[in-house]
Amino acid sequence: MNPAATVNAAPGLLTADGLLGLIFLVMIALTLTGGFIAATADRLVRALAGVVVCFTGVAGFYYFLNSPFMAMMQILIYVGAICVTISFAIMLAAPEQKKKSGPVNILSGPLGFLVAALIFGAMAGLALRTEWLPFDKIAGGSVRDIGIHLLTSYSMVFELISLVLLIAIIGAIVIARGGRSQS
Amino acid sequence: MSLTLFNVILAVVIAISFVGLNAAYLVWAERKGAGLFQRRPGPMENGLWGLLQPPIDGVKLMTKQLLIPGGVDKAVFITAPVLAMFPALVSFVTIPFSDNIIAHPIDVGVLLIFAFAALGSMSLLVAGWSSRNKYSMISSIRAVSQAVAYEIPLMITTITVVMISGSLNLTDIAARQLDGIWAWHIWPFQDDVGFNLLMPISFLVLFVCSVAETNRAPFDLGEAESELVAGFHTEYSSMGFGLFFMGEYANIVIGASLTTVLFLGGWSCPFGDLGFFPLTHNVGWFLLKIYLIIFVFIWIRWTFPRTTIYGLLNLSWKYLIPISLFNLLLTAALLKVF
Repeated sequence: MNPAATVNAAPGLLTADGLLGLIFLVMIALTLTGGFIAATADRLVRALAGVVVCFTGVAGFYYFLNSPFMAMMQILIYVGAICVTISFAIMLAAPEQKKKSGPVNILSGPLGFLVAALIFGAMAGLALRTEWLPFDKIAGGSVRDIGIHLLTSYSMVFELISLVLLIAIIGAIVIARGGRSQS
Repeated sequence: MSLTLFNVILAVVIAISFVGLNAAYLVWAERKGAGLFQRRPGPMENGLWGLLQPPIDGVKLMTKQLLIPGGVDKAVFITAPVLAMFPALVSFVTIPFSDNIIAHPIDVGVLLIFAFAALGSMSLLVAGWSSRNKYSMISSIRAVSQAVAYEIPLMITTITVVMISGSLNLTDIAARQLDGIWAWHIWPFQDDVGFNLLMPISFLVLFVCSVAETNRAPFDLGEAESELVAGFHTEYSSMGFGLFFMGEYANIVIGASLTTVLFLGGWSCPFGDLGFFPLTHNVGWFLLKIYLIIFVFIWIRWTFPRTTIYGLLNLSWKYLIPISLFNLLLTAALLKVF
């Protein structure tokens, strides 16, 4: 299971490493198909299903990057919490979705492609110019180290995240209370 | 053991057949148990004590027609049962049946089980939505709100045990409890926390939550199979229904295993390791414990009447969550003191 050892010799398909590579390809396929479905689906719930598939694939990437903690968090938070919340919102707000929205602006297609191309260019440029760190674990990479760093050197970030969540909860309460008749 | 393709495939086949056999024979045990508690024999026509009933039921399920109602979203409708079965299978990867019978002792084993349980509740939503049946959808929303409500005390209780044992790895957690029955986490006196009176109570919280998480009576509001429509899987027939069923029983085994590892010492012998065969730490004790817990599940199911949806949600939000939060604080304080 040492990744460095398998870089030079391409493993045969009928070995454990070959199977590992196959699973890696499956993860790539999951991420791409999920993203494609999410972008092109004409029903909201299908798009959400695409997002779930895409996130699962990304979690697989985290696992292959020697970071099982991030992989599990990806599934637990993004699939388990965020997607379930979104689907609750969809089901409670709009159970019968019209298949297509009305006629769209003639400019929206080209503009959309332009924005997508710009984002792609920026991401690609970023990826090419970044000095990538070597492929090994930083500070052990264990859950214990992540926990210690989160509560010591990165405690500011950690607290800020909880502030964001607090604001989200207050916002949700404000919106929910606004709908009720004030007696 | 070298990691060859053959070993990997063998392990996967063993895991899947363990899950499948468990699902089949837990249905048999469920029906026999129901018979026991209702003073009737239960299934007894096929084979000795009805032991051939599960394979016959399986063949029946597999040969039925797979009906897809008109107007459903086909792709999503077919994906949902697979999505219900898949997370249950993945969770078996990290469950330590004994110190060497474990597929992969991943460092974040507890997290893995919770993460994939969350994926399971996604499958309920997808199934309910894609059926285009408002009863299915209402029941799936109920089932998910129940799952979300009981996930919270379940996780908080698990965190207290993780804090005591200092590891998220299920093997490590079980390995701390090998000194006989008094070392199990269920007792109030632990080496690291001194005397924590709430330990047995948090075991109860975990147990109630795992009953609720697996959608079983008295918390089976999502399906209520004996008097309401079957809930989120109303529109599923044949193996679509079969996969939901298998996923449910696989989840029961996972819940019982988690309870065993966290509180009942995993594969440890209650008398400590005495050195001769049945009284050593071995996989037999683990299986004995999980099947005892499953027996209690069945016992509860056929003894208690169903609660209401308000009673169900109140129990979690008003009682279990405050208790488990208080226990978390108390455990943290005791860990600092001792």
